[in-house]
Amino acid sequence: MSTTTAGIILVASLAVVLTAVYKPFGDYLYRVVAGTRHSRVERGIYRLIGVDAKAEQSWGTYARSVLAFSLISLLFLYAFLRLQDRLWLSLGFDAVPDHIAWNTAVSFVTNTNWQAYSGESTMGHLVQMAGLAVQNFVSAAVGIAVAVALVRGFARSRTDQLGNFWVDLVRIALRVLLPIAVLGTIVLMIGGVVQNLSGGTDVTTVAGGTQTITGGPVASQEVIKELGTNGGGFYNANSSHPFENPTTWTNWFELLLILVIPFSLPRVFGRMVGQNRQGYAIVAVMAILAIVSVTLTNVFELTGDGAVPQAVGAAMEGKEARFGVSNSATFAAVTTLTSTGAVNSFHDSFTPLGGMMPLVNMMLGEVAPGGVGAGLYGMLILAVITVFVAGLMVGRTPEYVGKKIGAREIKFASLYFLITPMLVLIGTAAAFATGNNSTALNVGPHGLTEVLYAFTSASNNNGSAFAGITVNTPWWDTALGLCMLLGRFLPIIFVLGLAGALARQRPVPASAGTLPTHRPLFVGMLAGVTVILVALTFLPALALGPLAEGL
Amino acid sequence: MTVSPVVPAPSGGLPSSGPASGGRVGGGLLDPRQLVRALPDAFRKLNPVTLWRNPVMLIVEVGAVFTTGLAVADPTGFAWAITVWLWLTVLFANLAEAVAEGRGKAQAATLRQAKRDTVATRLTGWSPGARPGAYREEAVAAAELRHGDVVLVEAGQVIPGDGDVVEGIASVDESAITGESAPVIRESGGDRSAVTGGTKVLSDRIVVRITQQPGQSFIDRMIGLVEGANRQKTPNEIALNILLAALTVIFLMAVVTLQPLAIFSKGFQGAAPDTAAINSDGVTGIVLVSLLVCLIPTTIGALLSAIGIAGMDRLVQRNVLAMSGRAVEAAGDVNTLLLDKTGTITLGNRQAAEFVPVDGVTAEQVADAAQLASLADETPEGRSVVVLAKNAYGLRERSGLAGSDFGAGRSGEDRNVPFTAQTRMSGVDLAPEATVDGGPSGAARRVRKGAAAAVMKWVRDNGGHPTDQVGDIVDGISGGGGTPLVVAEHLDGEPARTLGVIHLKDVVKSGMRERFDEMRRMGIRTVMITGDNPRTAKAIADEAGVDDFLAEATPEDKLALIRREQEGGRLVAMTGDGTNDAPALAQADVGVAMNTGTTAAKEAGNMVDLDSDPTKLIEIVEIGKQLLITRGALTTFSIANDIAKYFAIIPAMFAGIYPSLDALNIMRLSSPESAILAAVVFNAIVIVVLIPLALRGVRYRPSSASTLLTRNLWLYGLGGIVAPFVGIKILDLLISLIPGIS
Repeated sequence: MSTTTAGIILVASLAVVLTAVYKPFGDYLYRVVAGTRHSRVERGIYRLIGVDAKAEQSWGTYARSVLAFSLISLLFLYAFLRLQDRLWLSLGFDAVPDHIAWNTAVSFVTNTNWQAYSGESTMGHLVQMAGLAVQNFVSAAVGIAVAVALVRGFARSRTDQLGNFWVDLVRIALRVLLPIAVLGTIVLMIGGVVQNLSGGTDVTTVAGGTQTITGGPVASQEVIKELGTNGGGFYNANSSHPFENPTTWTNWFELLLILVIPFSLPRVFGRMVGQNRQGYAIVAVMAILAIVSVTLTNVFELTGDGAVPQAVGAAMEGKEARFGVSNSATFAAVTTLTSTGAVNSFHDSFTPLGGMMPLVNMMLGEVAPGGVGAGLYGMLILAVITVFVAGLMVGRTPEYVGKKIGAREIKFASLYFLITPMLVLIGTAAAFATGNNSTALNVGPHGLTEVLYAFTSASNNNGSAFAGITVNTPWWDTALGLCMLLGRFLPIIFVLGLAGALARQRPVPASAGTLPTHRPLFVGMLAGVTVILVALTFLPALALGPLAEGL
Repeated sequence: MTVSPVVPAPSGGLPSSGPASGGRVGGGLLDPRQLVRALPDAFRKLNPVTLWRNPVMLIVEVGAVFTTGLAVADPTGFAWAITVWLWLTVLFANLAEAVAEGRGKAQAATLRQAKRDTVATRLTGWSPGARPGAYREEAVAAAELRHGDVVLVEAGQVIPGDGDVVEGIASVDESAITGESAPVIRESGGDRSAVTGGTKVLSDRIVVRITQQPGQSFIDRMIGLVEGANRQKTPNEIALNILLAALTVIFLMAVVTLQPLAIFSKGFQGAAPDTAAINSDGVTGIVLVSLLVCLIPTTIGALLSAIGIAGMDRLVQRNVLAMSGRAVEAAGDVNTLLLDKTGTITLGNRQAAEFVPVDGVTAEQVADAAQLASLADETPEGRSVVVLAKNAYGLRERSGLAGSDFGAGRSGEDRNVPFTAQTRMSGVDLAPEATVDGGPSGAARRVRKGAAAAVMKWVRDNGGHPTDQVGDIVDGISGGGGTPLVVAEHLDGEPARTLGVIHLKDVVKSGMRERFDEMRRMGIRTVMITGDNPRTAKAIADEAGVDDFLAEATPEDKLALIRREQEGGRLVAMTGDGTNDAPALAQADVGVAMNTGTTAAKEAGNMVDLDSDPTKLIEIVEIGKQLLITRGALTTFSIANDIAKYFAIIPAMFAGIYPSLDALNIMRLSSPESAILAAVVFNAIVIVVLIPLALRGVRYRPSSASTLLTRNLWLYGLGGIVAPFVGIKILDLLISLIPGIS
């Protein structure tokens, strides 16, 4: 079987499974967030944290709850990392240095999972399990909760109530993430991913040297790393490490875990606004962009020119032999199209244009299908902007699923849209202006790409590493930490603000004069707007990086 | 005093369209002389304080100032060329706005002629019915009149201010505001009591109570509106401005943050020669500003306010005054149109269509009796009965029984019984025919015609028994949407009897059904409002093709209907003229008051139609839509333009460092300088080229949202991508011929 055929089968089989689960899993997610009953465990938790599960919140309260919860998470994780040496299962590791602890705490609380450290040589098992893995669950749940609040804004009318953050958080974690994680862990263990509390095994290598092979609770962390589009690996080598991702079928399964929630959330949108076709339209835009991106990445990698790639048939540098070019290219595209940031190959070694694709995927704002929750709200914001321009062209005040897009709505959408590009561009420029780009291994366009990639990944809360750059200096840890923090929470505030503005409105009934937002024309337009806005923003920077190198 | 009409007759293929013209929205033509006249204003608007309102163009101006400095410091042909074109970009934007405002100014100047200083005769101590001498007359300047003052206006005088007639009746020349030269009647009481300052009394004398404060007359407001003096941004314009500002910030960031990257790249390729675009200090200031100006949405930024002003102007050309831009936008969003049946859907009056006899009577007899009974009926319906009888049965007007002249040869006085609201019938009492000696011969005959119930009661009162057949005919006509008038006669000594029924029909204006079909395709529901009973209303609604109707409508019903529609999230537009329409006009999202209407109605609505043509509501909706479409189309065009500009400027900037980037120079532009200059020049020229479109509005045909989107997306989206590739290439070819640039 040729590499190309294998690549096509991988993508096609994923597409089939995702299509099959869209309805049932989407409906399940809908029932989770729309239900009114609480399980006994949930009631216990609400009592414990003192939450009235029946009380709903305005957008301001919802936002403050998100921020408060995240702040507590951040402080807790920071303290955890700093006190690691005094806790159990530290495996003898020291406390994590302050700038790395800050960067890591921010990184996991913001669902970024940018890793300025090497997991197996920095963190003990307790920190990995009770610190990092917990954030993998809750930061993912926060993203989904915010997306659901936005959808409620579209679905509800004449209210300021957007649901209860604490209820959303608990339900999503307990009813969605946890059960799938348990099942997924078992599947991964069957596939050969390790799961133990071993402090490490010393082995003698073939060459006669000794090597410590770190074991640990890998499978349980791997599953939520993918399911919650987190991406923070147990090992520094992330999903290219054979203990995290041993075979091509675990690779396939991990891709499925990454994609299943983001691709099913549009169903929740469709169900909640009472028009499933709106969900189909959104998922269609995501799918089109994803398929184009995956295809291009594969094409660039498989046909990459240069002496070495041509000699061996393709660009194999930096890729695992057990995955091959296509599995690596697809994994790179999928993890950056979502906000996963896991890697099973080294993007730095990709062909220039092949390496540009993950970068562009993140620049798109991670909306195809994007991180859990974040992808949906990002895409809905783009839909609002598209509707605004397109809606004018049909001669009416623009409206999306019955809600008018006026000054207030467009203000929040514009602010949302401004944040990440600004962080990326300012961060990158600052690195070059201050000379901090010198930690990049390369000079010239490739070195520029390494810096640009780091800021793009952090600001978009992806966490994917291009590699080829040292980022655990205080300047980098601080700058990237700020990008992650602002890149996560400012957009969330604007999303919730938009949700509040939408929920206040009375819906406008659809008529023949209403712009239909479920037809192919709109789907194409939304995809076009997404690509064009990004191209216009980042083309100059890309020209000096991957384009200069690859054209 | 001669006052020329405010609004010049529509010219240049701009029919002030009724339904017959298909109601296409056209726009004004751009006269090149207007551009020249607007130039001084365009220069005046370069003042940053004025430009503050338009952040996109303000940034261009700041950029132009910056490059001017650079060009002075290091004068090259390229630097000066860019600088000049940047200034021209700002100037062109100002020109667009100035031209749009200029048209309004011309109209305002005409209006001011009407608002010349008049002297008013103020009456102090006047009360209704007061005799001269019981109050004091004094001459005061019109500008000093206050709300509540009472003034006397006599034939030949100009009415000094807006007010209501409280005594008298007069014919008034309102051409100063409506452009219509035929005089109108204004009288105290009722719905025709409002008079407007600046109009002229032609005959008789009236006493007017002033209802305005000084400086706030209708004409003052008109002047303000057409001049755009206190023009406020409309909600959608504000939203669009926010989006444009956000895009501007992003592009500003993209350009500013490019510099460290450029310095790094140039340092890496140290051997690459310096060019006009890039040296070891990075991208040159001139080129950086050029890139920024090309990327930020200057096209729509330059034309946005002109589009808004021109939209209002298009309304004024149709003799509609919108009291706020918000109302014009709301017109585009309207979901439900409330249309008065009479005058809008049907011709003003019902007309007799048929005489239906009861058994034993011929149609001719019915016609004859009906005509007799209608001779004294001066209502349009009554006249139509006479006319139908003449046309259909050859009965001469004024013909009496047996061919004898009406009123001649009678033994006594004939008596007309005029129609009154109480009796609801009219008729004639004929004295018995005279015998030769003057004595009565035959019986006296009384004929009646009127509302079915009233006439049937009259028959019964006079000993007759209306047959069931009459009831059936009446029901049949009502069910068909007609109005039945029963005709009966009473000969002395015999029981009265019904002769038959006159079928009065509403005549639906031609072309209305097509118009309503269009509305439906646009997603607008039309609701007919009528005082008729439900069956009549339904029949007319079906014939006219409206979606719904409100029968036996009272002002309260109207208001309730509007509230109900709004409760469902719909926007409602309506027209009205009476005082009792005022609450509904105020409640409606778009309330168009007729100029003939009362002051209360004009105050309550947010538009006034000077022609008092209720059909115009449909045009207003189309103008609102066209306004929004023009904005959307030019925004799309503006953003789509950026793609081509990138393909011109990025290789021009960086191909010197990385020759591989020359692959992006797909237009094969001749040199970096000419590529950048071509992009800047294109960016400036496109504004001027699009001024006519901004003023005229994009072509609009009523159709579904999908159709509109497809069309506009191809035209302005794809066109916006393709046009600059062609334009920049052509400009580059021209520029490359200029020595010293390339």
